[in-house]
Amino acid sequence: MSYLEYTVKSVPSGPRKILYLNWPLVLLLIAVACVGFLMLYSVAGGSFTPWAEPQMKRFAMGLVLMLVVAMVPIWFWRNMAVVAYCVSIALLLAVEFFGVVGMGAQRWIDLGFMRLQPSELMKITLVMLLAAYYDWLPAKRNSRPFWVLIPVVVILFPTFLVLRQPDLGTSILLLSAGGGLMFLAGVHWAYFAAVIASVIGLITAVFQSRGTEWQLLQDYQYRRIDTFLDPASDPLGAGYHITQSKIALGSGGWTGRGFMQGTQSRLNFLPEKHTDFIFTTLAEEFGFIGAFSLLGLYTLIIVFCVVTALATKDRFSSLLTLGIALNFFLFFAVNMSMVMGLAPVVGVPLPMVSFGGSAMLVLMVAFGLVQSAHIHRPR
Amino acid sequence: MRRNPRELEKTHTVLTRRAMLLGGVQLAFVGALGLRMRQLQLEEADQFRLLAEENRINVRLIPPARGEIFDREGRVIAHNTPSYRIVIVPEDAGDVDKVITRLGQLIELDPEQLNRAMTEMDRSPPFLPVTVAEQVSWKDVSTVAVNAPALPGVSPEVGLTRKYPRGSDFAHAVGYVGPVSDYDLSKIENPDQLLRIPRFQIGKVGLEAKHEDLLRGKAGTKRVEVNAAGRVMRELDRREGEAGADLQLTLDAELQGYVQARLGEESASAVVIDTENGDVLAIASSPSYDPNKFVRGISVNDYNDLLNNKYRPLASKSVQGIYPPGSTFKMITAMAALEEGLIGPDETVYCPGHLDVSGRRFHCWKRAGHGWVDLQNSLKQSCDVYYYDLALKVGQDKISAMAKRFGLGVRHDLPMSAVASGLAPDRAWKRRVHGQDWLVGDTVNASIGQGFMLASPLQLAVMTARLATGRSVEPRLVKSVNGVEQPSGAGRDMGLNENNLRKMRRAMYAVSNDRRGTAYGSRVIEDAVRIAGKTGTSQVRNITAEERARGVIRNEDLPWERRDHALFVNYAPADNPRIAVSVIVEHGGGGSSAAAPIARDITLQALYGGPPPLEVYPPKDRPRIEAQQERLRNVLPLADTEGSGRA
Repeated sequence: MSYLEYTVKSVPSGPRKILYLNWPLVLLLIAVACVGFLMLYSVAGGSFTPWAEPQMKRFAMGLVLMLVVAMVPIWFWRNMAVVAYCVSIALLLAVEFFGVVGMGAQRWIDLGFMRLQPSELMKITLVMLLAAYYDWLPAKRNSRPFWVLIPVVVILFPTFLVLRQPDLGTSILLLSAGGGLMFLAGVHWAYFAAVIASVIGLITAVFQSRGTEWQLLQDYQYRRIDTFLDPASDPLGAGYHITQSKIALGSGGWTGRGFMQGTQSRLNFLPEKHTDFIFTTLAEEFGFIGAFSLLGLYTLIIVFCVVTALATKDRFSSLLTLGIALNFFLFFAVNMSMVMGLAPVVGVPLPMVSFGGSAMLVLMVAFGLVQSAHIHRPR
Repeated sequence: MRRNPRELEKTHTVLTRRAMLLGGVQLAFVGALGLRMRQLQLEEADQFRLLAEENRINVRLIPPARGEIFDREGRVIAHNTPSYRIVIVPEDAGDVDKVITRLGQLIELDPEQLNRAMTEMDRSPPFLPVTVAEQVSWKDVSTVAVNAPALPGVSPEVGLTRKYPRGSDFAHAVGYVGPVSDYDLSKIENPDQLLRIPRFQIGKVGLEAKHEDLLRGKAGTKRVEVNAAGRVMRELDRREGEAGADLQLTLDAELQGYVQARLGEESASAVVIDTENGDVLAIASSPSYDPNKFVRGISVNDYNDLLNNKYRPLASKSVQGIYPPGSTFKMITAMAALEEGLIGPDETVYCPGHLDVSGRRFHCWKRAGHGWVDLQNSLKQSCDVYYYDLALKVGQDKISAMAKRFGLGVRHDLPMSAVASGLAPDRAWKRRVHGQDWLVGDTVNASIGQGFMLASPLQLAVMTARLATGRSVEPRLVKSVNGVEQPSGAGRDMGLNENNLRKMRRAMYAVSNDRRGTAYGSRVIEDAVRIAGKTGTSQVRNITAEERARGVIRNEDLPWERRDHALFVNYAPADNPRIAVSVIVEHGGGGSSAAAPIARDITLQALYGGPPPLEVYPPKDRPRIEAQQERLRNVLPLADTEGSGRA
């Protein structure tokens, strides 16, 4: 169902749009961002530099960006989906070919005022394109092999590019978000069952083949898996990060050790304490209550998005909002699993809290899209 | 493109259903995360809190101050002095090489030490200080302090270093400390954590090593908070350690200094024992060395000089050196015979200058023989044949047993390095060790302290003290530990016949005071301090029949290594013994000429508590003694420096 099919008379226009924002969502985002500022202030040893202050500036910028995106009618964004996707692919290719020469690191493109990670941008544009695709595609063709193959290619191409950077975390996120969107759009469940069955089969094969002549992975790769499954076996080597992270979390207890009293983070036992492992500092200093509250905030954001998505009759808006919510969920779920020792350390930041420009700005743009869908919903 | 409303309705239903499903999965996952949080943060919290503390808190040791060592009068023998060292923190220095070059222009740097510092810097984290110069003078410290702005990361530090203010006087008795080595660690089972502190100083030889446990003290601890790199962030609390125990020795520093100087550069040894309680008043071995050099880490050249010196300065001859006691052993042979009742009141033996025993001829030192001699005359003139005869009557096992009662062949447990037990052989010993039968000739040799018989100067002094008192005097080196008096070495009555002892003492008195006594030349003419002693001259070579045929070669004509050892043992005052002395001059020639004069000087010095008046010496000796006293006063520069400390 497309906007062309609705009368848009009842959609607010001009500055009045701001009144129709999904305000609870905005407040939730601000709350989560404030948790981030607090933690960045703490891990810097009670200082706004070097992390908290830039993060606040970026968040302010992100809020403005979100409002700007929200003001623009959602149908404009739908029409831009293909273009946005192509630009993202182009940027990924640029990183692939010029990244090394230009920046010395393969993930970034320097925009002057900030470094842009095209892979972050890709997360949103992929969802946009898939939402637009399923909006356009008549539902009865959804499950036909040809029409399934197209989104699969659309998903796998950028995933492959990101994997080459190499950024395993983001490529898993892209794959999951894309797959999730296909599921939401109503592709027949048999496809998913087949994929899941073959993945399970592959994993079993990998483990079963270990030590035999036809083993599928190199020995060092197996050892990495071992370390993940039992970090205690190598507490000072590869398992160091995860062991220290669990110690920090666990030592928080019910109420934590108090703001800026976390010994694990203050004494540098935690790796990447301002980015990927910032959740451990929160858990250490504010305990179970603090950590669980953040989890609650995140869940509320998802819930609001899902409610918004289901309330609108526009298929593109629904799919887009659900896709963004899924993306957001995958972010924090993978990050938290990782620091709590439930998933391997793959380098996924905690959304809106971890220090980092691209991820935050892209997320704010994404929530801008959610807001736009909300404001411009057919009435 | 218009779509029919039914289809729209259907797609929306599918979307809602699927969204709910996916939302449910997400919610379940959030629930799983929450449960995991609960597990880590609530159920296993205690365990993780403990691990976090272990991470954070590091226990550091505070080295205790080493116990100090004093002589019997409370004069300092070993103490800890503040010493300055220059350390550099590589992190603060920036360009380490440049800073060190600059430092080298200001003060003298030891290249060896510098090399060590450089390797240490490569290994340790950059915030740990590394020592670049040790034992730095106050002047250099102030130079560094004044130039601090030009020397980033360089700072002087103060620490404690062991110092032996009396230099070489106590090198053998007290020994020295040095940095603990891997070899030291390998020898100790379950070593104290303190020993793991880099360059922690422990006793290496002598008393310092033997009483390491008393002197070291107990380490204090401080708990510090460290970060992941090991850098100390702050101190949480500290528990002070326990300083090592102060030891007061029985030694008299002034007497020790005198004895050491009197022995001079001879390869010799002397021991002075208080006969009353076994206190070792002086125990010297010469030549000696400066233990302070070892504390710092002795240079290879200096060490090689000590090792290659044929007089063996590193050996502690007083307890470690064992020598055939020669004629000084004759008292034991005589006592064995007396206790067995084998010597009648006026029994005499004829000495023709030799005795033939089972086809072998044993000579007396006097080729012409002594004629008819009784006990007293035989000892006075040191007639060998008399003792050959006695020994054959008594038998070796009795003599050996008597020697052991007098402390020969028995290890006296002084806290010094390598205390030897010597040897008082009996038949069983020879069978056990050499697998041969004891021959009658062995008895003859042993009767005059030759052959298998071996004793250290300490043992000879103990023997003399026991002869003088009739008690089993035991030597004692440590008078008190932290002010607690140690058990006396006075000993019990040995259960010997007092008449027999009296005979021996009379004979020994005659040795030193009778005109024909072998030590008459080293007599004392003041009645209150008369000496009773015995000379000994022990062969270190066998005189072959061929040599004998050519005529006895005079000692002075032999190379040093083959000359006889000169020995003298005595106690004094003869009528009321207070001290027992033994002196050995390695390859010094005759006991009466080389050892007795030294023993007399030492005895008098000990009895008078300083230089004795010249009147106690026979008139013809006085000019020589006066010159000698004058000379020794100048050799004793340390006696008055370093005022007395606490006791």
